[in-house]
Amino acid sequence: MADGILKLEHVCKAYNVGLPTEVEVLHDIDLELDRGEFLALIGPSGSGKSTLLNIIGLLDRPTSGRLLIKGRDTAMLGDDELTHLRGRTIGFVFQYHLLISAFTARENVMMPMLADRGFPSAEIEARAEHLLLQVGLDKFGSNLANNMSGGQQQRVAIARALAMRPDLVLADEPTGNLDTKSADAVFDLMRRVNRESGTSFLLVTHNMDLARRCDRIIQVIDGRIASN
Amino acid sequence: MNPWLPFEWIAAVRFLREGRLQTIFIIGGIAIGVGVIVFMSAMLAGLEANFIKRVLTSQPQIQLLTPDQVARPLRKSAGEIEDPAVQRPSQRVISIDQWPKIRGQMLAMPEVTAVSPTITGSVLALRGDASRAVTLTGIEPETYFDIVRIPNYIFSGEARLTSEDVIIGIELAKNLGATVGDKLNLQATGGANRVLTISGLVDFGNKGVNQRVAFVALRTGQSLLGMIGGVTTIDMKIKDIYAAEIIAQRIQAATPVQADSWIATNAQFFTAVQAQIYTNTLIRIFVGLSVAFGIAAVLIVSVIQRSKEIGILRAMGTSKGQILRVFLLQGGLLGFIGSVFGAAMGAAALIYWHAVARQADGAEFFPLILERSLFVYTAMLATVTGLLAATAPALRAANLDPVVAIRG
Repeated sequence: MADGILKLEHVCKAYNVGLPTEVEVLHDIDLELDRGEFLALIGPSGSGKSTLLNIIGLLDRPTSGRLLIKGRDTAMLGDDELTHLRGRTIGFVFQYHLLISAFTARENVMMPMLADRGFPSAEIEARAEHLLLQVGLDKFGSNLANNMSGGQQQRVAIARALAMRPDLVLADEPTGNLDTKSADAVFDLMRRVNRESGTSFLLVTHNMDLARRCDRIIQVIDGRIASN
Repeated sequence: MNPWLPFEWIAAVRFLREGRLQTIFIIGGIAIGVGVIVFMSAMLAGLEANFIKRVLTSQPQIQLLTPDQVARPLRKSAGEIEDPAVQRPSQRVISIDQWPKIRGQMLAMPEVTAVSPTITGSVLALRGDASRAVTLTGIEPETYFDIVRIPNYIFSGEARLTSEDVIIGIELAKNLGATVGDKLNLQATGGANRVLTISGLVDFGNKGVNQRVAFVALRTGQSLLGMIGGVTTIDMKIKDIYAAEIIAQRIQAATPVQADSWIATNAQFFTAVQAQIYTNTLIRIFVGLSVAFGIAAVLIVSVIQRSKEIGILRAMGTSKGQILRVFLLQGGLLGFIGSVFGAAMGAAALIYWHAVARQADGAEFFPLILERSLFVYTAMLATVTGLLAATAPALRAANLDPVVAIRG
């Protein structure tokens, strides 16, 4: 895995372990993602896509199996180490934008860098400006998040996800809440970033048209990878 | 963004600013609570200081007296009592045995700030046809005025006590038809007689005391009362007035004298002062608790409202510690800002009340004491209360599972 970003080996995830209500939602998942890949994760609702995304995003831990990020086994990492690794390696884009309403678009983009470094700086601000320019919102930097359209907010979210120059961006139905035109624009933006910066993308989507435009499609059904 | 402000501070301020109405209401609540504490503390401190000043500058804090004279039962032989019924003997006015040595011991005590020997007895004050029984106190002005501030109570004349002077109460002067500069004949029960000049009239604010009180120099008192070189009491002043009773008991155990503290001789007054202090403390505690619960409630609501944002912050690499500090800071800031407004409100109310509230004689009801330390301590206490109140919401925020929080 010389150029691998992500590797899952026999990953299982169960809830209520040891209780009569124990339920396994992911079964023996094996998955690899290389640098620069643009991958679509599809599957019906309740198939385990979001659980898989949370595990890959280090927000949740697998019950068994191994998860390697850039060759590093995450099983032995503590909470703070996982947070640090997540902040520096993985960017998130969510369906409902989830910008922080108390901050402007520029400040939202600055937020991951601010959390990492502790204090604001001209360099951080310049990086945020550059990212906003990249997503075509350089004139909206001072707008509060709530004063922007859904498509604009999602583009700010993409800029924020790229702030720490992550190796991997996880996008959970980023176009699910947008009209067709905005959805296309957001997808094209992600694709462009992927090509220009080599950032890997893992896109969860129900939209088969978008999925077909990705490098690879992984289908998850009932907690198993049905096709790759 | 200010480059000197850390991430936690920026986020805390923004969160407070965004929930503006909520923030204004809770700051208002804290300000009212702090205002009540400042107002009550300052007013009660003023009242207490007034009472204490009135009581403790007109009497000694500890007074050493000759022990009670007791009659010993008549014994027939060893261990056998002839007559078990013993009548209490009359208490003769006698000098404290070896009083200069006891005074030296008292002065050596670190808690004691002033010691003054005095002699007290009854004499008759005569002027023309008028005569009044008075309590004569012979004092050393230079030490006694440190304990009982007679110069502060001088109504007319001056607090001068040479061997030819006497200072008397204003009611006594009125009854005798005398004033400053007049001669007064003092006649002791033992027959001694002195004619002294009235150098000053004192008003202790108590008619009974003003009718009986007369001060002369110690040597004059000793010669009038027929006790040359003797003293009947040693009056003392101490550093901590509330430790008077404990110190008095210690003195009594270590010396052959009876030690009475102002606490024992003014038991009712002391109980009233203590009750006032306890009430004030209880009010402060309960107001503080209500402020703390108010802050906690607002922050808990804020955590619930912001759970998705907390989740996204965690997802983008914000640590649990950073989230914890964001909410602790909000609590601290609310407490501090509330305390600043509260202190201003409390001070304004105090100044107004001080101007309006008057005693029957028109004198101020309480002295206006606005010490900087009260405001500093109150601000510190409110900030710490805010921080403590924010602990539970902050822990809840820090421990939010980002997956659950983002899902909502």
